[in-house]
Amino acid sequence: MEDMIFYDRLQFAFTITFHYIFPQLTMGLSLIIVFLKGLYLRKKVEKYNDAAKFLMKIFAINFTMGVITGIPMEFQFGTNWAKFSELTGGIIGQTLAMEGMFSFFLESSFLALFIFGEKLMGQKLHFLTGFLVFLGSWASGWFILATNAWMQHPVGYEVLENGKYVLENFSALFTNPWLLPAFLHNQLASVVTSSFVVASIGAFYILRQKNIEYGKLFLKTGVIFGLISSLLVAFPTGDWNAKNVAKYQPASFAAMEGIFETEEAGAEIVLIGQPNMVEKKLDNKIAVPNILSFLTYQEWDKQIVGMDHFEEDELPDNIPALYYSYHIMVGLGTIFIGVMSLAGFFLWRKKLYNIKPLLWTIMFLVPFPYIANITGWYVAELGRQPYLVYGLLKTADGVSPTVSSGNTLFTLLGFVALYMLLGLLFLVLVGKAIHQGPKHQTH
Amino acid sequence: MEIFWFLIIAVVLAMFFVLDGYDFGTGIIHLFFAKSEKDKEVIAKAAGLFWDSNEVWLVAAGGMLFMAFPTFYASVFSGFYLSLILVLWLIIFRAIGLEFRSQFNYQMWKDIWDKSFGVSSLLLALFFGIALGNVVRGVNLGGVEQGISTYEAHFFFLPLWNSSFSPLTNHPGVIDWFTIIIGLISVVTLAIHGANWVIMKTNSSINEKLKKVIFKLNCVLLALTIVSVICWQIVNPDALNNFAEKWYLLLFPLLYIVGLTGLFFIHKFKKDRYGFVCSTLLIVGGISSSLASLFPVLLPSVNDINEPLSIYNTAASDYGLSVALGWGIIGFILLFVYMIVQKRIMGGKIDHMDYGH
Ligand code: HDD
Ligand code: HEM
Ligand code: HEM
Repeated sequence: MEDMIFYDRLQFAFTITFHYIFPQLTMGLSLIIVFLKGLYLRKKVEKYNDAAKFLMKIFAINFTMGVITGIPMEFQFGTNWAKFSELTGGIIGQTLAMEGMFSFFLESSFLALFIFGEKLMGQKLHFLTGFLVFLGSWASGWFILATNAWMQHPVGYEVLENGKYVLENFSALFTNPWLLPAFLHNQLASVVTSSFVVASIGAFYILRQKNIEYGKLFLKTGVIFGLISSLLVAFPTGDWNAKNVAKYQPASFAAMEGIFETEEAGAEIVLIGQPNMVEKKLDNKIAVPNILSFLTYQEWDKQIVGMDHFEEDELPDNIPALYYSYHIMVGLGTIFIGVMSLAGFFLWRKKLYNIKPLLWTIMFLVPFPYIANITGWYVAELGRQPYLVYGLLKTADGVSPTVSSGNTLFTLLGFVALYMLLGLLFLVLVGKAIHQGPKHQTH
Repeated sequence: MEIFWFLIIAVVLAMFFVLDGYDFGTGIIHLFFAKSEKDKEVIAKAAGLFWDSNEVWLVAAGGMLFMAFPTFYASVFSGFYLSLILVLWLIIFRAIGLEFRSQFNYQMWKDIWDKSFGVSSLLLALFFGIALGNVVRGVNLGGVEQGISTYEAHFFFLPLWNSSFSPLTNHPGVIDWFTIIIGLISVVTLAIHGANWVIMKTNSSINEKLKKVIFKLNCVLLALTIVSVICWQIVNPDALNNFAEKWYLLLFPLLYIVGLTGLFFIHKFKKDRYGFVCSTLLIVGGISSSLASLFPVLLPSVNDINEPLSIYNTAASDYGLSVALGWGIIGFILLFVYMIVQKRIMGGKIDHMDYGH
């Protein structure tokens, strides 16, 4: 069985990882665009308007990529996970269909108006269309996270005799205790990504002595948004998510924190160490006693269950990947707070634009929020294993019964090739837009 | 409740084929008829400005199918696995073509991406028709071999073709002579539709020539339609029963016939819009007639052992369907508002608009 689903899992992981590169930027960027456009309406300085329109160009490229890579996601539930779709479609179909109805239509209709309609409709309306694009993209995050929250922590369902899950309480899907913390954390994480992108474009312009006015504006905006969102992503939202995992998925909590043995008198927090799956311990461990118990339960000597507590087939099947993903996310989060605090401090002292090493750092830090976001999702998705719907449906039982793994391997290879081409296209388009800069008017 | 959702999804699907249909058709026109660089650019623009908001309709149709008829969604999407993934790849290729072409000003570069846009549009139109043909013809549900199902009764897996390319066996493939005919109808229809779109939306120099093309294609379509109706009878002898029982369903084929007849007068139309209306009727009429002839079945079975998939044995729970109807109505009202706003601001010819983000 394991072998049969291997390529299905790999294909899902590959295509979703690629897809999620784009929405994480658009969701955060739309917020910054609305902010800049609003600033223009208040201050009436052309610079802000140009900046907003320039960022919208980058948004549009990402949006297109989001659409192209999102359509395969929607199809894949049916093509590769048919049994899962059949059994749970009555429930997660709701949130997915609502996403299409309430967010994609909103976003795509008003995006076209925002880009092509400025002259046709006046500034106030133009701001409004920008705001609606923002609303659409965050609504999309809300519905997709409601879908995922149901898989992480199923609620409001009923099981029929034939094994199907049917909806019993619609509103429970949206009051799911897993949803709000995950949504806030995820949206803030996407603001982190977009702040770093904006700040790094700013740093690039300043270092290249080109478009300096805009460079300063982008850097300043990026640093302010980046500082706030980096702080909020760790606390309270990251912390809140960790408590939820400890409460609802204790086995995955033990695995991501790297706790092999239950520690009765309070658990230590692991900073560094490599999971050794044969001897079931961490090699080269550096840890601080009792902190984890305190962070999780606010009690220094509270017991935290370790992996020894669970049967082998209840534990996630790739513990090292889960553990590393979690530590990469949290480690990067700490670094982001550090860099952004430093930048914020110099911004306040009005020295930031002259500190070259810091500008270089900000410019080259761009890939890392993406990595943090993606590893964060790996924590969520690997931690959910071996279940597809936590506690209810095993991943191995959700796969399409009629599709052979040879077929899946074939399509996986096809996706890899196509997405390479797509990635190249994306880089060319974004590179060109950044190179042309804000002043260049195509519209 | 099942019937409601069947109707809603039918409408959304029809919207998808009308809207994204014109940009597939535009691709076909682009491939065969656009000669000068100026026309190529304008015609690519006539698709490029709109395709991604049109494709949202596909996403919406997929989401609703998943929600309302999960068993059908699961069975069909896994059963037509390879064909669907091919469709996805073509959609991606088409998009790359459209977005890439105007990025650099080399002739060879533009030619490559123009071909990518045109060829994938053509193949997509063909595939959509083939898909419709498959749904009308039916599949080997349950994978029956010598009277025994090899899968659960509602699952199947279709190869791309069988050795005889015939629809009349117990083991049909995706591609056979019947589905090819339906595929050709789809190509011709969408080409007409795309040509009408170009005429309506642009002032390209080939607009007059396109009217002649439409006229010729329309003759081909008439011939193909007659052939297909006969073949349809052979492949699925029950096809006309629904129409015989409920005469009001004849409205749907009538739409098709009106559209088809109207297009013969393409040279006489005073407004460019009328041609587009006619080809819209063609598409809506074609899809609705096919669905009406199957109703309430969604996918026939070619064996006698397993029942066909119908709206009743594949639907989600009544509770789920009725809550969804609640939010669905709100959603459609909102959508309607967006469309009116968009139309008011962006209607008319597009030649003056700048494209390329
Ligand atoms: C910029 C990205 C980023 C950063 C810096 C952080 N996170 Fe995160 N995290 C995400 C991006 C992310 C994410 C990709 O957005 C996830 C995946 C699922 C979700 O809702 O958000 C996530 C999930 C996620 C989960 C849930 C895992 C599960 O569902 O099983 C926990 C416990 C944390 N995070 C905890 C933290 C903590 C304590 C951080 C402290 C610094 C932190 N995250 C920083
Ligand atoms: C928010 C909506 C999401 C939903 C509904 C969802 C759903 C799924 C499903 C159905 C699978 C296949 C079954 C399985 O292997 O468990 C899966 C696997 C996976 N997903 Fe997600 N996913 C979502 C978001 C993401 C994101 C944003 C990422 C990463 C960027 C991600 C990463 C993965 C990975 C790595 C796997 C493979 C896990 C494994 O099989 O070990 N997911 N997801
Ligand atoms: C398995 C999980 C997922 C599925 C099935 C999925 C599906 C889709 C689809 C079909 C589109 C194209 C929409 C269109 O045509 O306009 C899309 C785009 C989008 N998706 Fe996903 N998606 C998934 C994961 C995610 C996640 C985890 C997020 C963020 C929380 C997300 C946020 C978005 C956004 C904001 C867009 C709009 C396009 C853009 O702005 O780039 N998606 N997604």
